[in-house]
Amino acid sequence: MNNSFANTARLLGAGLRALLVLTVLTGVLYPLAVTGVAQALFAGRANGSEVRADGKVVGSSLIGQQGYGLRYFQSRPANGLGTNSVNTRYKLVLSGATNLSADSEVLVKQVEDAKAAVVKDNSVPGYTVKPSQVPADAVTSSGSGLDPDISPAYAELQVHRVAARNGLSVARVQKLVEDHTTGRTLGFMGEPRVNVLELNIALKDLAAQR
Amino acid sequence: MGPVLAGVLQLLALTGALALVHIPAGTYMARVYSSTRHLRVERWIYKGIGADPDTEMTWPAYLRGVLAFSAAGVLFLYLLQRLQGVLPGSLHFASVNPAQSFNTAVSFVTNTNWQSYYGEQTMGHVVQTAGLAVQNFVSAAVGIAVAVALVRGFARSRTGELGNFWADLVRGTLRILVPVAAIAAVVLVACGAIQNFSGIHEVGQFMGGSQQWNGGAVASTEAIKELGTNGGGVFNANSAHPFENPSPFTNLFEIFLILVIPFSLTRTFGVMVGSVKQGYAILATMFTIWLGFTALMMWTEFAHHGPALQAAGGAMEGKEVRFGIGGSSIFAVSTTLTSTGAVDSFHSSFTGLGGGITTLSMMLGEIAPGGTGSGLYGMLIMAVIAVFIAGLMVGRTPEYLGKKIGGREMKLAACYILITPALVLVFTAASMALPTPPHSMLNSGAHGFSEVLYAFTSAANNNGSAFAGLNANTDWYNTMTGLAMLLGRFLPMVFVLALAGSLAEQQPVPVTAGTLRTEKPLFTGLLVGAILIITGLTYFPALALGPLAEGLA
Repeated sequence: MNNSFANTARLLGAGLRALLVLTVLTGVLYPLAVTGVAQALFAGRANGSEVRADGKVVGSSLIGQQGYGLRYFQSRPANGLGTNSVNTRYKLVLSGATNLSADSEVLVKQVEDAKAAVVKDNSVPGYTVKPSQVPADAVTSSGSGLDPDISPAYAELQVHRVAARNGLSVARVQKLVEDHTTGRTLGFMGEPRVNVLELNIALKDLAAQR
Repeated sequence: MGPVLAGVLQLLALTGALALVHIPAGTYMARVYSSTRHLRVERWIYKGIGADPDTEMTWPAYLRGVLAFSAAGVLFLYLLQRLQGVLPGSLHFASVNPAQSFNTAVSFVTNTNWQSYYGEQTMGHVVQTAGLAVQNFVSAAVGIAVAVALVRGFARSRTGELGNFWADLVRGTLRILVPVAAIAAVVLVACGAIQNFSGIHEVGQFMGGSQQWNGGAVASTEAIKELGTNGGGVFNANSAHPFENPSPFTNLFEIFLILVIPFSLTRTFGVMVGSVKQGYAILATMFTIWLGFTALMMWTEFAHHGPALQAAGGAMEGKEVRFGIGGSSIFAVSTTLTSTGAVDSFHSSFTGLGGGITTLSMMLGEIAPGGTGSGLYGMLIMAVIAVFIAGLMVGRTPEYLGKKIGGREMKLAACYILITPALVLVFTAASMALPTPPHSMLNSGAHGFSEVLYAFTSAANNNGSAFAGLNANTDWYNTMTGLAMLLGRFLPMVFVLALAGSLAEQQPVPVTAGTLRTEKPLFTGLLVGAILIITGLTYFPALALGPLAEGLA
């Protein structure tokens, strides 16, 4: 009995020593080496792809923002996004999805309300949005709640409203959207998309020049 | 080009990349585990451990190594979280409570990476990088080590020796996981994944005001999180978060990382047992299931049945625009057919049938291609069972790779395939029967049941993904999913290593005209059939109450 206890202790000791050695390697040296290379070669990206406008940081090109006024292009809904519930000395953005199911009545209502709002907001004199025109990404929350992109169809649908609110011609705003549309990578990876923050920065510049 | 065609092309590109890489990668891994030479740094490590890497171990000794190392891992990770409040470099985050610390420690050591916490607000830099990410490496290396031990059981004869656990652990980490992860991490940073230790900082917003972000060693974690089929994200949104998975290319690249070791290990297996054709038969089985499930997933997600998705006009709830439905479908199937559990889209909001496919993928035992190592040993157990069924049909003593599958071998294989379903069904039933656990459900009806079924399927199979509406941060779920993860990881390993020991002692039987040719397509067909039928019979009633009821409504 004593013997087997000693054996177990010896084995656990070996396990612990192995863990500590491998922790130094994979938990200290590896992340530090990667960080060193990352900061040397791709500092901007490694630090969050921050975007500046008028000399100020206005966010990250990778992180979607909420609360754009109707003068600007709207991003996707983010009903799963939260703020931190522990360590509340901070006000962290808590990424997340709604996790509501395809047959959820709550989700049906969210989608219907969002669709009604998109139709109402984007119908301006001379241009009426039909509910069937509204693409799925405009009325659903993304997985992260931080989706930086919208589909070209959703951007297109907002052009008339944005043009009217900024006193710009529809053609001019349309051109702006086209210039900010990214196609599929190599023609087949992912989906075509428009980065909302970058588009709105360009829009603000354009409106200021007018 | 439409989204469906783009999705299919992404699937083809991924298949092409895996086809190119699996042969050199698999052959290299076979060399790693067969080599008699030690690198200088490895000698230092063995000295540090106090282990002789050239001592051959019998199966009980090998198992003791696995268990001792894993027990040390759980203990260390538990303490690290409990002490977070006083650790430097932890952003002044509080210590994690006991139930959640236990759950998380077990979760990462068992290669599950179930997360009942929100990463960005709970775990500081030290716990993330020196605790959780370390287990991403070593739990994967342990999985491969056990698989290699089983392969040695098939390859060797008249010996009880299965290799040296410490050597297999260190080599897998040093010669395979670290170099590939380092390259992959730099690729991810180049595409936009973050890698810094700047902690929490305030960033301005377009409309004024500011937002707070957490930094972190995200790219370095992301690389090994996928490569080691772990799945635990730095952020709550996991690989849907743009800092973890910034572009359509990184999405495919991450799926590639998930699949590359499990698929390549079939080559390692073929080389080590002296017949690469045997490896191809296993590879074909895995690939058939993976391709079939992905095709089914794309079909149901593009069809977007379900009232909310119909109202929206597409299954985009819980999915990112940059990945689209095609990229999200491939990721969802790949992450649940392996033991990864990382997500680039949220499975709970998939169509009813789509959610059912992710659940069924895990229920297959995560063997197509499965987790790093665990996929191969799980699949070889199924091969043993398929050979046994074939033997019953023709009335011959079953053999596989020249080893007789007798009573002892079958008992071990049967125990292996029974343990996980028993854990899943018992824990799910208990959670449904008790008064308070059902309160954790977010959705009601069939989907609410699916959330609980999914949780225990994910835990017992060491996947880690979730129908994440379920509030799993309760004492019940933290404790019970913790137990399911522990038992679901280590009991099967006991049976695998016992089987390996028993096979290694046998003298090989010669191949005759009556031998079942396990390298032929016929056997692949038999194996696919056995896997689907055994899993189907086991889980059909549970699936009918959850995903099928929702999907066919």
